[in-house]
Amino acid sequence: MRKVNKIFTILVFIFLYIPMILLAIASFNSGTDIAVFKEFTLRQYGNLFRDSTLLALLRNSLIIAVLSSLIATVMGTAAAVGIHSMGGRMRSVIMGVTNIPMTNPEIVTGVSMALLFAFIGHLLKINAILGFGTLLIAHITFNLPYVILNVMPKLKQMDPDLKEAALDLGCTPVQAFFKVVIHEVMPGILSGALMAFTMSLDDFIISYFVTGSGFITLPVEIYNYTKKPIQPKIYALFTLMFAVILTLMVLMNLLQLRDSKKKATTQRKDFMKR
Amino acid sequence: MKSKLLSAPYIVWMILFTLVPLGVVFYYAFADVNTGQFTMANLANMGTYTPIFLRSIWLSLAASAICLVIGYPVAYYISQTKPTTQRFLSMLIMLPMCMSFLLRTLAWVALLEDTGIINRLLSNFGIGPLPLIRNNGAVILGMVYNYLPYMILPLYSVMVKIDRRLIEAAQDLGCNSRQVFGKVIFPLSVPGIISGISMVFVPAVSTFYISQKLGSTGTTLIGDVIESQFKGAYNPNLGAAMSLVLMVLIFICVGIMNHFGEDNSEEGMVTI
Repeated sequence: MRKVNKIFTILVFIFLYIPMILLAIASFNSGTDIAVFKEFTLRQYGNLFRDSTLLALLRNSLIIAVLSSLIATVMGTAAAVGIHSMGGRMRSVIMGVTNIPMTNPEIVTGVSMALLFAFIGHLLKINAILGFGTLLIAHITFNLPYVILNVMPKLKQMDPDLKEAALDLGCTPVQAFFKVVIHEVMPGILSGALMAFTMSLDDFIISYFVTGSGFITLPVEIYNYTKKPIQPKIYALFTLMFAVILTLMVLMNLLQLRDSKKKATTQRKDFMKR
Repeated sequence: MKSKLLSAPYIVWMILFTLVPLGVVFYYAFADVNTGQFTMANLANMGTYTPIFLRSIWLSLAASAICLVIGYPVAYYISQTKPTTQRFLSMLIMLPMCMSFLLRTLAWVALLEDTGIINRLLSNFGIGPLPLIRNNGAVILGMVYNYLPYMILPLYSVMVKIDRRLIEAAQDLGCNSRQVFGKVIFPLSVPGIISGISMVFVPAVSTFYISQKLGSTGTTLIGDVIESQFKGAYNPNLGAAMSLVLMVLIFICVGIMNHFGEDNSEEGMVTI
């Protein structure tokens, strides 16, 4: 039974990865059709690095992802600390609102924000309101829940006595936060920030509705590209991003592994001392 | 007392950019395209889109069911491996979620087309070309492919938390492996099933790219219609009305599913 399950799991992984492997192969193809491999070439990568518009779009995406995840992390962590100290009813109302962008389909979030901006634009008589500002606002909005939902559990796990001890030893609440609380919830903050960053970098649907012609991100432009016969340098870009993300994930994995090993050995030492 | 104030910027932000926009959707849904006066015409129009709504629901329900059937054994297998392997495999599940779904879907076009890779392979054996693309099946395949990780991860995160001692206890009390699964593992994984289904169903029912690339004019989904109201035939009021109906529909579906799961929503949360 276990063997059958193993084979099945391998098949599912193949199913998940075949399209990506195809795109990677296509990036080394001198022809334009994914289905026909003509001959091996690195030309697409050369074309990619000569294409200043694509690189500018990648820069736009990175700017939005860094800014929105930073702002969302700061605002969201502060909010999580605030919500944590609230009473049950107030807390559940706010967590309910936090869940709205998570349960609502992205297209509805995108449309609702586009309509809001159109409405404001109409009131203020600004024609081209969609652009960098609206994109940043939208990304911060859908990033915030990820930060809060990652930080809240860490706050719950934290021993409340730690903060009390810091306060008793003469810390102001602000000092107590920066000297004690923040270290306890740091893993939550980091994973929230990382999730927000990747969500923002890869977001297409919401960006598509709230972006104007002035400031476009990479996924939105990729969508425009896929309407026309696609240029193979996009495959080269995909393959590079795949390699970068794979490397980052493996590194993170190794770091976590080292971390948990370290924890295990210190625990063992503590045990030995006893 | 003071620390509550820390959440003030967030609360203001969410009111301005989550609640108010939903209010604006309401406003547009009930406003006339030209005059801006109150009207029920946009919502009354929804009747003509009933087949599209039904098709969206049925295709995404089918995709959710297939994801569950495929994802469950995979999640179970991952949860049974060593912790190091678990970490590596769940990373492999997460990785596609970080890659452009537009291009990954486009790769399926290259696979399924009449002159695509699969049909070329088949023609070597004298079969085909089979109509693999531009039909409901292709759209469901695209949904399953795109959203399968969203099913596997919550299932896995629930299964991995199941207390080993419960399983051992069941074995000690004379359960065989099938009974252990039916009486212990499956009931305890229900929260993961619920959150997995809603994480697949919600994006699937509102998608527009998958149906644009893998479907045909006969497989238009709600998302396609909404998208075209904002990007093509500009009628934001009709688009708002459709978004409103879509939102209510999802609200009902997720509500029904959570009812089955008796509020275990936090269990299946996906965190890195």
